[in-house]
Amino acid sequence: MSDITKQSLTELVENIKNKKLSSTDVTKAFIQRSEKSSELNAYITDDFTSALDKAKKFDQNPNLDLKLPGIPMAVKDLFCTKNVKTTAGSKILNNFVPTYESTVTENIWNEGAILMGKLNCDEFAMGSSNETSHFGNVQNPIDKNLVPGGSSGGSASAVAGQLTPITIGTDTGGSIRQPASFTGIVGLKPTYGSCSRYGIVAFASSLDQAGPMAQNVKDCALLQEVISTYDPKDSTSINLKRNHYSKELTKNIKGKKIGIPKEYRVDGMPKEIEDLWQKGIQYAKDCGAETIDISLPHTSYALPTYYIVAPAEASSNLARYDGVKYGYRAKGENLIDMYEKTRSEGFGAEVQRRIMIGTYVLSSGYYDAYYLKAQKVRKLIKNDFDEAYKKVDAILTPSTPSSAFKIGEKTNDPVSMYLNDIFTVPVNLAGLPGISIPAGHDTKGYPLGLQIIGRAFDEQNILNIAFAMEEKIDFKNKITDWWIK
Amino acid sequence: MNKKNIEYLINRKDNQYEVVIGLEVHAQVLSESKLFSSSSTKFGAEPNTQVSLVDAAFPGMLPVINEFCIKQAIKTGIGLNAKINKRSVFDRKNYFYADLPQGYQISQFKDPIVGEGKVILDMPNGQKEVGIERLHLEQDAGKSIHDLDPQNTFVDLNRSGVALMEIVSKPDLRSPDEVNAYIKKLRSIMRYLGTCDGNMQEGSLRADVNVSVRPKGSKEFGTRCEIKNVNSIKFMQMAIEYEANRQVDLIEEGKTIDQETRLFDTKKNETRSMRSKEDAHDYRYFPDPDLLPLELSEEFIEDLKNDIPELPDDKKKRFIEEFKLSPYEANILVSDIDTAKYFEEVVAKMGKNKDVKLAVNWITGELFAVLNSKGLEISQSPVSAKNFAILINLIKNGTISGKIAKTVFELMINGDKDPQKIVEEKGLKQQSDPKALEALIDKIINENREKAIEYKQGKEKLFGFFVGQAMKASGGKANPQLINEILKKKL
Repeated sequence: MSDITKQSLTELVENIKNKKLSSTDVTKAFIQRSEKSSELNAYITDDFTSALDKAKKFDQNPNLDLKLPGIPMAVKDLFCTKNVKTTAGSKILNNFVPTYESTVTENIWNEGAILMGKLNCDEFAMGSSNETSHFGNVQNPIDKNLVPGGSSGGSASAVAGQLTPITIGTDTGGSIRQPASFTGIVGLKPTYGSCSRYGIVAFASSLDQAGPMAQNVKDCALLQEVISTYDPKDSTSINLKRNHYSKELTKNIKGKKIGIPKEYRVDGMPKEIEDLWQKGIQYAKDCGAETIDISLPHTSYALPTYYIVAPAEASSNLARYDGVKYGYRAKGENLIDMYEKTRSEGFGAEVQRRIMIGTYVLSSGYYDAYYLKAQKVRKLIKNDFDEAYKKVDAILTPSTPSSAFKIGEKTNDPVSMYLNDIFTVPVNLAGLPGISIPAGHDTKGYPLGLQIIGRAFDEQNILNIAFAMEEKIDFKNKITDWWIK
Repeated sequence: MNKKNIEYLINRKDNQYEVVIGLEVHAQVLSESKLFSSSSTKFGAEPNTQVSLVDAAFPGMLPVINEFCIKQAIKTGIGLNAKINKRSVFDRKNYFYADLPQGYQISQFKDPIVGEGKVILDMPNGQKEVGIERLHLEQDAGKSIHDLDPQNTFVDLNRSGVALMEIVSKPDLRSPDEVNAYIKKLRSIMRYLGTCDGNMQEGSLRADVNVSVRPKGSKEFGTRCEIKNVNSIKFMQMAIEYEANRQVDLIEEGKTIDQETRLFDTKKNETRSMRSKEDAHDYRYFPDPDLLPLELSEEFIEDLKNDIPELPDDKKKRFIEEFKLSPYEANILVSDIDTAKYFEEVVAKMGKNKDVKLAVNWITGELFAVLNSKGLEISQSPVSAKNFAILINLIKNGTISGKIAKTVFELMINGDKDPQKIVEEKGLKQQSDPKALEALIDKIINENREKAIEYKQGKEKLFGFFVGQAMKASGGKANPQLINEILKKKL
């Protein structure tokens, strides 16, 4: 079967369950395509040999009751994987091999999936273009010169380029949804507390959330069902009964009220984004939903708030990378000198910038003006959503203010880079679920995404809306396999 | 209360200075496992054998609150008559050090679990109340070992993440003696509660000591210096004495005191500057986003309140009322929980016709002396409370005299023998049969006719001679009271 890698996760699961395909067939196919796709630079570490062994072992005694029977999968290199190197895209962890497994990946392997390798990402998930990775930038399968978005750029590229049938990313300010939008795939950022953060290299603890990235909404729902579990090892994990997202998935969204927030019509937004949004509103109506104009008045404060809260937490979370216990260590004259050299050499420029910002905003004398104020604004942003959800069931916005940009285009302009997250960060600040679905192309033929934001733990609802709209949109990703020689 | 004689003042020429002391006591929570991980807290293990991935701050590891440690802190708060805060927050205190794996210590900064409280000290001149500012929970750091290798420092993370209670006093202490009493009282309360073993040798209890001085009568506080991490009461007292005198000397020389952190050098008996206020760390405290605020229900706190044992102050009151002990005696018995336990067991085992005062005298006298000479704690007493009670009863009911009791006690020490059996086996029972004693005395008087006549003629000193002879003849077993009575009658 030469078209194995073109199949969706749902199809692959079906074919393995029906014994039309073996895990070995599927794993081989994705390994072969991954091997031919080195130019995309989507992988940091591959685990192909061991993956194939596991696939063969699976086939010897296949448990077909599992949700992901023998499905090979590469994951973002922010998830700690037992005995497989985990770098977080950073030099400072370039030799780090965990002795433990993250809860989210553990859940995936428990359902029968097989680790193929670790996918490239921005260093410590700090970036919107996958250009801050110590292991080089990732190419967008859409076009050689395009960034895939970030920070889950390797993950997005690998799904869009069919190197893996599905994957998981992490989203702190848009790191799943923005690259999903840039590469024409589906990405879900679940409610904060839905997926355990245990074993995920931390960026900003109060915002980080793992989530699925998939070719379609149904696949996305299936993986979300697998990874979302209550975990007592994460104190912020919420003990709540989860839906069977894939089973309960329905296109019937008749009568659902969908809010259109006027504040997302930002200055300088390209017309094609506005047009896409209008098209999206029409699709929603075509599906039987009702759209309502709403206001989220504090939206414009979301980005500055995010760029205080996230670096503040990051500056503290990254203090453990000091060369003492594991990871990269530079030689120094004394302890302080060793710290300075280790961290100057081990962290890239963007990570250092954010550590500096975070250290500054937490400093005594500045704490009240920055961090404390940001926390208050964060509460206002959350209140905006709470108000809106009194009137509507979900909110529809563009995923990003533009389509994918060129590699190198924004590397020297961090503020312009940060602006990419303008539609996604409010969702993280409010701890809500948000999904990006591909909804069209711009004039250059690059994909554009729409974002559906839900109430806390209302993933089922936004998946349903996305599922219904997906059918109406009938998006076809323009992938030419240009990188395969 | 004669305040003048007791006051601790530092005298210089015409000036007298008062010393103001506040303590930040770090008490290790008595708990099997650490504050945010399940690693063991056992003392004395091989280096780095009690370290989890959380304690060593591996990537992606998250803290999970140990409920038992929370309960211990609340109990301690109740024991300090303090306000228990229903909402408290764990913060990160950020700084770099090799034995701090996370690069931050999880502590409580703005919203501690326990608020204001107080403890009562029994000082020679009366009671003294010391205010408690707060109690908060925090993680201990690991240990850097600098002297194992000329080039390298080694780090032991066994302590990393162990739960500490930081108990901050108000600046209410005024002398090294009060500091001594305060630490002992805190230790006593926590040992009663079972929340800290108070073992200073193992570092379970240590303190940062804040010292300032001011002219006697002044209401303003002077500039304070903080002496870090002092681990014995004796060193605290020495450090305070040195530091107060150093500050007074500076003032006398017209110099100013710099607010700074100092270290106490136990070998040279002096404090030395560690870092000035300008060099003070900016810890960049902020709420730990990995942990939700700690919310306690009224019910949870009430359940713990109902679980609080009788504490030293109440026990002392009860001992005075119930057993008619003096405050001094009661204090000695309650200050250490094991002594109080021993005493109460002895009282219980003595039964109805008991002589509590006699028991107290024997505990604080003979028993303490033996424990002292053998270097034992009362919990390791070679004489069980049960046998001790029997011994006291034997004295009380006249079976043996106090003197014989001492002999019996000596024999009890080896192997915790039943005193009743010792008395029987050795035939030490007191002779209290008046007829037998009369016969014995008649015989002695007959044998010492001349001395009896001398006595009758007025040489009263000879009475002692006859008592001695009678005791000797009885092998020390004669009831001395009866001997006295009979001799008086016969002579």
